[in-house]
Amino acid sequence: MSKKELVVSAIKNGTVIDHIPADKLFQIVRALDLKDCSNQILMGNNLTSRKLGIKGIIKCQDKFFEKEEINKIALITSYVTLITIRNYDVVKKIKIEIPDAIEGMVKCYNPNCITNHETVLQKFKVIDKKDIKLQCLYCQKITKIETLTFL
Amino acid sequence: MKNKSLISITDFSKKEYLEILDLAEEFEKQPVQNIANGKVVATLFFEPSTRTRLSFESAANRMGAKVIGFSDASSSSTSKGESLVDTIKTVSCYADIIVMRHPLEGAARLASEVASVPIINAGDGANQHPTQCMLDLYSIRKTQNTLDNLNIALVGDLKYGRTVHSLVEAMCNFNTVFHLISPESLKLPSSVKMRINEKKLKYYQYREIQDAIDKVDILYMTRVQRERFLDIQDYEKVKNTYILDYSMLAKTKPQMKILHPLPRVNEINTNVDNTPQAYYFQQAQNGVYVRQALIAAILALK
Ligand SMILES: [Zn+2]
Repeated sequence: MSKKELVVSAIKNGTVIDHIPADKLFQIVRALDLKDCSNQILMGNNLTSRKLGIKGIIKCQDKFFEKEEINKIALITSYVTLITIRNYDVVKKIKIEIPDAIEGMVKCYNPNCITNHETVLQKFKVIDKKDIKLQCLYCQKITKIETLTFL
Repeated sequence: MKNKSLISITDFSKKEYLEILDLAEEFEKQPVQNIANGKVVATLFFEPSTRTRLSFESAANRMGAKVIGFSDASSSSTSKGESLVDTIKTVSCYADIIVMRHPLEGAARLASEVASVPIINAGDGANQHPTQCMLDLYSIRKTQNTLDNLNIALVGDLKYGRTVHSLVEAMCNFNTVFHLISPESLKLPSSVKMRINEKKLKYYQYREIQDAIDKVDILYMTRVQRERFLDIQDYEKVKNTYILDYSMLAKTKPQMKILHPLPRVNEINTNVDNTPQAYYFQQAQNGVYVRQALIAAILALK
């Protein structure tokens, strides 16, 4: 591994979130609640990237993300590569994808939606993956990326 | 349709709602039919809507069913802080079918997920009011003898009017030509126009009723509300444009009918009420037959 390619040091076991667009890094940190995570975390931003020009990267020691966490990342940016590391080796590398349906992680933006008043699992159909448009299965209103908040 | 909830007009197929209209026709011929003896219909109105509630209760009574329920949230356990889910689960134990109206959007869908009996949505906030749509379809078919190939004008607030959106969605199944008459700021939303485009149907947009009134079979009036305008001057400019008057009816097609979901405020002058084109009170009457048909079909009494 040359110094040019890897500025942030390697982890033994865990997950690397790579190719994060530089302006999305802190949104991902927030969405994954990494500030409350006690694992060793290495982060870099504005690193040189052949693909993106500049990029961000997050490495979490001993952490393997759940499906819901991966979906959160996907809603923020679908450019990301998720790399699973075991004993310093890459054992899995996936391009994350936006799912067809989202459950229980996004708040419906409509203040008059029943889901914002009752204890109920939020459910959305993803009707546009490019511009992120989520249709609430209850009130039918569409939550867009500008109005999206994670629960 | 047995035991099926009706939350949105899209929950029923075209074939299913045509069956309901046929059944409603039977009830129009013979409104009193003691087929629901021993059945209990709950009408849960978390927000008051006297007209809709009475229509459902009349429908239930004419079939011999008993009605239980409440007419606004203050007289229910909701005022003591009970959740909607708990109220619905409890009432499911007392009734064979639940008719509900709720101020929050999506409330009926949530209720249908937790209820052990079918739910009929009688309006959930600005979202859906499918029985209004079905009685509109019934009225159109009854006055035109068909639902196919009609010219329908929709007048007034086409942006926020949920009855308009549902009606457009339903009529898209019948090769309709839509004539959309509204102020600039209250035009039909692009999401609804998309439905028309998907079916490769035609729509025309106008600013004034006179521009389209002589071409259409149905003139569907809605109210233009002052609250919808950010600028009060914009409202003052257009408010009289969307008031229908007797003098505008001189050259309409002979079988043209005027519909309105009611209540009206001033958008139809009372001098229209006694014209052959006025149909809005019969339309309300048709609501009872359609609701009888729905209750009967869902409870499998027919
Ligand atoms: Zn919603």
